[in-house]
Amino acid sequence: MAKGSIVAGCLAPHPPHLVYAENPPQNEPTSEGGWEQLRWGYERLRESLSKIDHDVLVLLSPHWQTYVGTHFLGIPHFEGLSVDPVFPNLFRYSYDMNIDVELSKAIHDKAKDSGLAVKMMENPDFRVDYGTITTGHMVNPAFDKPLVVISSNRSTHYYSVEVMQEMMMELGRVTREAIEESGKKAVILASNSLSHRHFTTESEVPEDMSKEHIASHAMHLWDMRIIDYMRTGQAQRILDEMPEFTEQAIAESDGGGLTWLLSTLSVPDYPAILHGYGTIIGTGNAIVEWPCHANKGDAQ
Amino acid sequence: MNGSLVGSYVVPVHPHPLLVPEQNEGWSRLRAAFDEARDAIKESGADLLIIYSTTWPSIIGHQIQADPNPQWTLVDQDFHDLGSMEYSFNIDAEFAEAWNEANHNRGLQSRTVAYHGFPIDVGSVVALKLLNPDNSIPAVIVSSNVYANRSETTVLAKACLDVIKGTGRKAVAVTAMSMSNRMFTEFIDPSEDRIHSLKDDEWNRKVLEFLEEGRLEDVAQLSRTIHQQIRVQKVVTFKPMWWLSAMNDNRNNLTGRVLAYEALHGAGGAVIQLNPTSSGKGDKEYDEDDVEYYKGERNVLDGGGDSIEIEAPSSSSTGPALWEPPEGKGAVNSDAAPKPVGMYPHARQVGDLLYLSGVGPRQPGTNAIPGGPIRDDEGNPIEYDIKAQTRAVVENIARILEEAGSSMDKIVDVTSFLVDMDRDFAGYNEVWAETLGHYGPTRTTLAIRALPTPIAVEMKVIAKI
Repeated sequence: MAKGSIVAGCLAPHPPHLVYAENPPQNEPTSEGGWEQLRWGYERLRESLSKIDHDVLVLLSPHWQTYVGTHFLGIPHFEGLSVDPVFPNLFRYSYDMNIDVELSKAIHDKAKDSGLAVKMMENPDFRVDYGTITTGHMVNPAFDKPLVVISSNRSTHYYSVEVMQEMMMELGRVTREAIEESGKKAVILASNSLSHRHFTTESEVPEDMSKEHIASHAMHLWDMRIIDYMRTGQAQRILDEMPEFTEQAIAESDGGGLTWLLSTLSVPDYPAILHGYGTIIGTGNAIVEWPCHANKGDAQ
Repeated sequence: MNGSLVGSYVVPVHPHPLLVPEQNEGWSRLRAAFDEARDAIKESGADLLIIYSTTWPSIIGHQIQADPNPQWTLVDQDFHDLGSMEYSFNIDAEFAEAWNEANHNRGLQSRTVAYHGFPIDVGSVVALKLLNPDNSIPAVIVSSNVYANRSETTVLAKACLDVIKGTGRKAVAVTAMSMSNRMFTEFIDPSEDRIHSLKDDEWNRKVLEFLEEGRLEDVAQLSRTIHQQIRVQKVVTFKPMWWLSAMNDNRNNLTGRVLAYEALHGAGGAVIQLNPTSSGKGDKEYDEDDVEYYKGERNVLDGGGDSIEIEAPSSSSTGPALWEPPEGKGAVNSDAAPKPVGMYPHARQVGDLLYLSGVGPRQPGTNAIPGGPIRDDEGNPIEYDIKAQTRAVVENIARILEEAGSSMDKIVDVTSFLVDMDRDFAGYNEVWAETLGHYGPTRTTLAIRALPTPIAVEMKVIAKI
């Protein structure tokens, strides 16, 4: 069996507003558009990924929040209706997705061997979280490739960002090993935004872009700083500054996805491609791709 | 209408008592406590269950469930291996809509949700399935806003009380919440479950001791400290006690019972009953300001200012003109007291005695009447809260006394005027006992036909300097 590889790693945030703005047939509410800068960014990411042969999408979602260990979807097929508990007016989505249980189990087993608390989720009534569905839709709206879905362990809040990073670096390492041993070509997706301070009110027309902007200047500065590190191949500096970034920008990196992503890519020192940046109800969102297939062959 | 809160409960959020009580003796005792609470609620004659759930976080204000019959099968995100929770609930959509409107009237951002498949949270599902298994009591569920501070949470409760009183409901308030919420981060054998740490256990027991003494407001005012001490940050703050205390008029003399306290994968789970009957105990140790209307930073999107303009109550637009209190020999006037409705000072000092003009509940600045005016702009009687009005009178008296260099303990004599002795004496008397009664002034209470503004109570005070 040929050695598997990670062919791309992506920061792929999950605001349901982006699905709402697209008016796909799976989503019940309809809109007049909105958040085009980000949606065009996702178009560019999809275009880029379409040129890269890959078998599976491996995703960590901050909206499947687990406090007792890290969990993996462990049933081959999920379908149902997802209603966002925070923005039910925007997101009522009929989903239908396949899971690469074999790869999920392989990552699970390696994580367990390395000392992490892990569990397979095998309850058929389980409803997939809307973060997974939104990122899954924006990256691959046809859902024609299987997913590995990993929960977000809340170790940042139980302990600290440092503990979270230690756990996620390890999870990233075993994710990479499992992919390599599987012989599959994988795209890694961290489904999180950057700065994460929301507005607490919503426009009467949610897609009214005249109301959309970053929550504060400080949040903008942090987002630009992190994006600059990404674009200049300084992933290690992101990890070094993760505690300050997570605290001061109330960043969704608290869920561990970004650290895990950078670890799966062996902390890349080559530039990432910024496909788009924009705000959603005040939070900062970047769509970023590390084209590891074009750098060193794969992530070693 | 004369609705009221007939009981309050605190219940845990994790699914173990519902799904697998037999796996651990503590979980079984929690289940038994749920059952006891269920029976007590039924016997109370309650016709409405109100759930404030910490496992339903919201961002855009508070959300209120308004689907009359939500149905789904819930699986817990962490404890999915314990089983599935099929539910079908009886939601009082009419009450939900009225509460939402009452929130807006008090300056709060909120909305109702009524969508097929909306994910009702685990805390609400556990509470409703165990406390109201046959759906015989209509329920309403409200979210816990992640950004809400105490004033916002307090006003949320007061808006709820507006509707309870206005519709004549007999309501039970339930907070679905953990005590300490630090779980074990690894998988454990059910037989090994215990509170995560001695510190968490000691804090939990102190909180339970307060609640067993009926000191709900004290716990509410300790909420930030409790959160810092025994809560995992950012999960959910200890804010449900703010809501529950405000639902109980911020009282400290409820009758409390702890029906069970056990560990749920390390977190503290308790079933607690708080009966509105006065226990006669529980002096207040803390004294945070009360708030009637929310005026927080809400206009972020518009960038046009820091606060919502709250429309002044009708009394200010249709009532008598307000005067600047005149200065004169011995006159005492306070910017912190409402402006008079005639040309007289707030108080006048003669020798070492201070004579206060009649003091009502109107608020300085806004002229709003806590507890609401007694009639609308057309003069039609409307529902109001005599206890809230009486408390506001006492607070205004305290402000004037402070301006004069006196204090509540130097009050000698009080003459009280009520516009409806039959309706209001009991409530007025209860607040008196909690406040002025402690200082022992003489008192005379008179029934009168009307006061110049649409208020129900006014007091005339003589104090020593």
